[in-house]
Amino acid sequence: MAEEVSRKPYVREMTYRWIFRHPRYLRYMAREFSCLFIGGWTLLMVWGLKQLAEGPAAWAAFLECLKSPASIVFHVLALGFATYHSITWFNLTPKALPLQIGEAFVPDAVIAGAHYAAWALLSLVLLKLAGAY
Amino acid sequence: MARSNKPIVWGPFAAGGTLTAFLTPALVTLTLLAGLGHVPDVLAYERLHAIAAHWLGKAALITVIFLSLWSVAHRLRITLYDIGVRADTGVAVAVYSAAGLASIAAAVFLFRL
Repeated sequence: MAEEVSRKPYVREMTYRWIFRHPRYLRYMAREFSCLFIGGWTLLMVWGLKQLAEGPAAWAAFLECLKSPASIVFHVLALGFATYHSITWFNLTPKALPLQIGEAFVPDAVIAGAHYAAWALLSLVLLKLAGAY
Repeated sequence: MARSNKPIVWGPFAAGGTLTAFLTPALVTLTLLAGLGHVPDVLAYERLHAIAAHWLGKAALITVIFLSLWSVAHRLRITLYDIGVRADTGVAVAVYSAAGLASIAAAVFLFRL
């Protein structure tokens, strides 16, 4: 990321403290930290696949591990952060994919709203097919 | 013209970010329910084994795992830079390798089924 420069560059001291200077920065960091939870959960699933490959007993042990208090706390946090990632991602979609019809741009709320609707529908279908309800 | 590897890194990040935005909350809900003692049908050994044994299931699982981990790795790299870790090249190598290795591990487990 840093460009190579000749001679002596001025390196401004940089710490994490700027995060707390404005609520907006804190929300940005909450969004960025969602990656730790999504990543942690995905790695947990990789481990789950290993257990699945080892047979029914190993899989049962994996399901048992999911019941531990630490796992429940992690899952609740992961669900919160994953949902926050979805909300921020869909709110940014109109910026990434502006849609123009004729002269006018489709309003941001319509593009984001369409994504929210698709997300809700997809989640309900997925949970239904998975037999969650 | 300056050459950049940004699109190669950013493409899977955007794809993974979109995929996790659509899928992860529902998927986390499934394992949370299992943890609370209400195991969804899909997490029963026979059902999940049948899905993961099918080539289509394998392809879907590995796609979701790789794209999720890649977007997580990219975001983690940017976040570490933001909080003051300036060794970007080292961080980039570490996070992308970790995402790649975990995806390869997932593929190995899937083909052991």
